[in-house]
Amino acid sequence: MLAYLIRRLFAAAVMLVVIILVVFGIFFLIPKWAGVDIATSFVGKQADPASVEAVRQKLGLADPVYSQAWEFFKGIFVGRTYSGGGDVTHCAAPCFGYSFRSEQAVWPVLTDRFPVTLGLALGAAVLWLVFGVAAGVLSALKRGSLWDRGAMLVALSGVSLPIYFTGMLALTVVSFKLDLLDGQFVPISHSFSGWLGGMILPWITLAFLYAAMYARITRATMMEILGEDYIRTARAKGLREQVVIRKHAMRSTMTPILTMLGMDLGALIGGAILTETTFNLPGLGQKVLDAIKNQDLPFILGVTLITSLAVLIANLVVDILYAVIDPRVRLA
Amino acid sequence: MTAPLHEPAAEAAPSAAEEAAEAGTAAKAVQGRSLGRIAWERLKRDKLALTGGVLVLVLILVALLAPVITSLVGQDPDAYHENLIDPLFGTPKGSMGGISGEHLLGVEPVNGRDIFARIVYGAQISLLVGFLSAVVAIVLGTILGILAGFFGGWVDAVISRVMDGLLAFPQLLFIIALVTVMPNQLLGLQGTGVRVFVMILVIGFFGWPYIGRVVRGQTLSLREREYVEAARSLGAGRFYILFKELLPNLVAPIIVYTTMMIPTNILTEAALSFLGVGVKPPTSSWGQMLSTAMDYYEADPMYMVVPGVAIFVTVLAFNLFGDGVRDALDPKGSR
Repeated sequence: MLAYLIRRLFAAAVMLVVIILVVFGIFFLIPKWAGVDIATSFVGKQADPASVEAVRQKLGLADPVYSQAWEFFKGIFVGRTYSGGGDVTHCAAPCFGYSFRSEQAVWPVLTDRFPVTLGLALGAAVLWLVFGVAAGVLSALKRGSLWDRGAMLVALSGVSLPIYFTGMLALTVVSFKLDLLDGQFVPISHSFSGWLGGMILPWITLAFLYAAMYARITRATMMEILGEDYIRTARAKGLREQVVIRKHAMRSTMTPILTMLGMDLGALIGGAILTETTFNLPGLGQKVLDAIKNQDLPFILGVTLITSLAVLIANLVVDILYAVIDPRVRLA
Repeated sequence: MTAPLHEPAAEAAPSAAEEAAEAGTAAKAVQGRSLGRIAWERLKRDKLALTGGVLVLVLILVALLAPVITSLVGQDPDAYHENLIDPLFGTPKGSMGGISGEHLLGVEPVNGRDIFARIVYGAQISLLVGFLSAVVAIVLGTILGILAGFFGGWVDAVISRVMDGLLAFPQLLFIIALVTVMPNQLLGLQGTGVRVFVMILVIGFFGWPYIGRVVRGQTLSLREREYVEAARSLGAGRFYILFKELLPNLVAPIIVYTTMMIPTNILTEAALSFLGVGVKPPTSSWGQMLSTAMDYYEADPMYMVVPGVAIFVTVLAFNLFGDGVRDALDPKGSR
């Protein structure tokens, strides 16, 4: 078990380094090939050469890419001092640098926005797990019934609907026509009930999409497992059907579901870009979209790191749960 | 039903014919039928899948004939009709977003462009990106998957790690980032051309591991089969075995994954255009129409409904068809 964990942790760390390098590559090398100067875009189009040069010095943009990447790495753990070009700015650890556009420090903005996205992802995950898995299991058990066909048609429609369209429809009908919720985001620290009211529509919209996906996967997995030999054995030795389903079939059905949950939850915690844009939620996804459009590298790097970290942690948790559910994994 | 057909696949890969015969006998008496024939017969019985397939064909026709269709109804997707817009609110005059005999689906707020014509032209972008990015993913995924599965060893190790890595990446983020940093001119293309080209490449690039994993797994099990050994003992080279013996047997899973990938790609293109990093106006795309509609959904909900339904129907049609194809090609399926 311990060796398994260590191997997983090591793979996660390598993955994180690769991701940082790739992001660096995308944003430093591609503009270079395309002939766009980062220092110039930082200062603005009408900048005089002297201030462009000052920015280049201060941010160390003239250094080779690998040393810039190394400075960035170091900044996260021990802090960083910008001293090129005259004045000195110290940025305490964890230092993710300063915005190229607004000169805000990146880290406080990230910690500010993180709870919004986390709340959105976790709330929706609870909803979609409960409803998606339940619908999938019921469909698999009553295969071919009216319920099965109806549920699967709804699920198929669910995975075919873009989330921003369902979101806008929900806003139009619930907030505008029926005037039930005002659909405004309120931070949880201001008012809990206000936060709850603002999150209901995003949660339901997001959960609907994922519940549809999970219902389809659960049904397919469950049906495959119900055809396995060990289920026949369990039935043949006289176990009650309920026990066969709950103890034998559900356990194997949950493994692929958990894998998906790890990936989906991780990706969402790193920024539910579409949902946050549709409902105007001030989370990480909205910020990163903004940053990408402005080519604000420090923010993009920051959010990408958090996303990757969330995906890795979620996958790690899933791997550990795997080992708990399925003893074969521990030995592999 | 007639005698077994002499299909080219049967000559290239003896096992295809054998398997077909086996499957045929299992399904019904003694008649020999090819795999493709069995799949087609299953598909024909699946009403929902057929509906999806017909819809897909109609959509492809609409996209191909967009200029003809719009000139038939006498509308130009880029023509402004400001006389139809309420100058005070910027929304179309009349009810339901300005729907009339002339403007079948109404007009856009502010500039009054005909929505029907823009939807028809939007189908071009959606389908083009959906299909071509799937082609990129299939070519990459098949070649790399088959190489990983067939050669094993370090080739397999490298390709498999790259696939794991790509699957664990925050994909949408990277797709957005890559599409955004691309220059405005590339390989002689300009503006919309570059954006569409880059979207196809990037979406396809992030899609190949899904197909690669399946192809690798299938190749791993197929390369141990007797017919591969037989070919090898007859002196067949590696590449002959790879492309003449193995590839024909990988066609079924590849088709299944392709039909399931196209709707996902269409959704990704729409999402990119919705987020403002995909196709830019005046070129029309469904996602981008929805993003404009977001500013008007209270005053002019019809403008949001039309492109939304267009995306929904398209993706649903591909999904219905894809589910049917999967069930039809699944050798285990008895449905």
